Amino acid sequence: MKKTGAQILCESLVKEGVEVIFGILGGAVLPIYDTFPQYPQLRHILVRHEQGAAHAADGYARVTHKAGVCIATSGPGATNLVTGIACAYMDSAPMVAITGQVARPVIGKDAFQETDITGITIPITKHNYLVTDVAELAKTVKEAFHIAQTGRPGPVLIDIPRDVQQEQTEFVYPDKLDLPGYKVVSRGHPAQIKKAAKLINEAVQPVIIAGRGIIISQAYDEFKEFSEKAQIPVTHTLLGLGSFPGNHILDLGMLGMHGTPCANMAVQNADLVIAIGMRFDDRATGNTSEFAPNARVIHIDIDPAEIGKNIPTEVPVVGDVKSVLTALNKEIERKEHVDWLSQIDQWRYEHPSLDIRQGDELLPQYVVNQIYEVTEGDALVVTGVGQNQMWAARYFVYTKPNSLISGGGLGPMGFELPAAMGVKIGCPKKVVWCVAGDGGFQMTIQELATITQENIAVKIAIMNNGYLGMVRQWQELFYGRRYVGTKLWNPDFVKIAEAYDIPGVRVKRREEVIPAIQKAMGYPGAFLIDFLVEPEENIYPIVPPGESLARFFEPSRTEILEGEF
Amino acid sequence: MTDTKHTLVALVEDKPGVLNRIASLFRRRSFNIQSLAVGSSEQPGLSRMTIVAIGDSAQIEQVRKQLEKLINVVKVSDITEEAVVNRELALIKVKATATSRSEIMQIVDIFRANIVDVAPGSVTVEVTGDEDKVSSLLGLLRDFGIKEVSRTGRIALTRGSSS
Repeated sequence: MKKTGAQILCESLVKEGVEVIFGILGGAVLPIYDTFPQYPQLRHILVRHEQGAAHAADGYARVTHKAGVCIATSGPGATNLVTGIACAYMDSAPMVAITGQVARPVIGKDAFQETDITGITIPITKHNYLVTDVAELAKTVKEAFHIAQTGRPGPVLIDIPRDVQQEQTEFVYPDKLDLPGYKVVSRGHPAQIKKAAKLINEAVQPVIIAGRGIIISQAYDEFKEFSEKAQIPVTHTLLGLGSFPGNHILDLGMLGMHGTPCANMAVQNADLVIAIGMRFDDRATGNTSEFAPNARVIHIDIDPAEIGKNIPTEVPVVGDVKSVLTALNKEIERKEHVDWLSQIDQWRYEHPSLDIRQGDELLPQYVVNQIYEVTEGDALVVTGVGQNQMWAARYFVYTKPNSLISGGGLGPMGFELPAAMGVKIGCPKKVVWCVAGDGGFQMTIQELATITQENIAVKIAIMNNGYLGMVRQWQELFYGRRYVGTKLWNPDFVKIAEAYDIPGVRVKRREEVIPAIQKAMGYPGAFLIDFLVEPEENIYPIVPPGESLARFFEPSRTEILEGEF
Repeated sequence: MTDTKHTLVALVEDKPGVLNRIASLFRRRSFNIQSLAVGSSEQPGLSRMTIVAIGDSAQIEQVRKQLEKLINVVKVSDITEEAVVNRELALIKVKATATSRSEIMQIVDIFRANIVDVAPGSVTVEVTGDEDKVSSLLGLLRDFGIKEVSRTGRIALTRGSSS
């Protein structure tokens, strides 16, 4: 029996094990939506803006390790996905984005709601397709999921003209793939693994930089064994938090611009850097020419193009982290590194990483830390970008695997709320905390409607400081305290939540923090807490942009006011 | 490291948009490209592309690896250091008067080039060779007045048996 393109798409999604689709309909995807009732196993979540659909699919993908699926109509629907697709691309999250396109006869005629979305998304997708023949559709979907989910994961977009959705053909889901140009190296080269092991066995002051590749590869056990066997301290990129227990004696926390002093000093003083599943982002390395000046570098990554891209590498090992670490664990020797670890302990003692000022002020650091305490770390934390993200990174201790979900590379404000929806739908039994800034929250605030309509029980903590806080901090430190365009007039977020049928409380004082978090935890559905935090609180330490990681510091308020900075 | 000219040869799937993907990659990553020539290869469904890019060896290695990541790109080799045959074809329209025409023809002969069109006031020369040869001929013809030039850019194959 022949099926329509729309049915073939749905059949293919079912074959790929898709359970949830985030999207908004429109003219160019109506045939697809019209067939959804025939496929009740595909749950459709109606979002309120396509950016939300893409971030939700991204969040879902990061916690389930399956491609998140989002769908939008042609033209503005498709362009609204762009931010979310770019975010998934930067952070290597598997995603299949489906867009409707105008009918084939009018493509290229500037038809109503026509946009060249495949052209637009070439630089921000792992691959994309314009399907011009219904006979190609099933094969295209199969390829898209394969490409999105294997190797270094990423988003793949499929653009389907409306008339292709209506055209009929036999449905055959192909068994085999024909992708002559797509190669995934999974096992590391044995000779490279031997070379890496030699450097590791000889190192006196080694340090690991753990990236999201460990999480993608789900190599938590292999990684822990690696670090423990050779007694090598672990620093993390932002997205590498949650790859190793944050309360482990060998864990030094995040490195980089707002990294812990201990992590940055360890990297700058190391004689060997072992970078695992990370890409030497500038926020992690600081000035690359002064990065880890005395260290030899081993770089383990599945993407060969990451080797040597930003930092020269002595021993590259291209392969899947789990497979490489399994092999490497057999080659490395048990070590103690007593002097090096005691030096690190000294730094840790001099610069405690959870340094929260005492007093009455409602500090965002305290808020995040109390979310950690009340949840006992058993929560998935989803952040926006900016100060809220850095506080969430620094003051929540990520003891559980894959417990921080953040738009790291792209840094999109407004990621937090829709991504948290996707995370909660992907992990319905987990507690999900959305840590938002008051600025970013308002970029995707409309998803509160989705949360209520679909009954998605996320807990929302707004770090409300009345500023676009991270930018204000830069203006304070690097632009003579001239606050241009960063002061925010804000609505009453508790009333807003109430209007969306979501209960909430406002917290102004420190002693109200724990009861509010407990109240949120005790409530079965979504709950919002508006934390009116210290307006001009900064995230410290900071490595000024373009500086070496060794130059982190924490200027005093007087220094800032006197303009010495 | 110093910038030099590198010849990259890519085998790519003959599908719509492939050239766009490659051009987009060069633009996005600020890679410096001097010429790009593309046509069918010996294998059905695959095209061979010759790219001349300028950069130091680390940059060119990045270009190569980034190109290889494109799904439609099957294989990329940097053949700069290998024994290769390089050719470029150029069409050169030169001003020619009754008196200068024979002088132009002599130069064309020396370069084993051909005159492919003769018109009142101009001749069109076709020349094939490596870039130095094409450039030398252009240099000599410049004195007569060059009206138009069209060059294909380099195409290249490694010497000897195909593996």
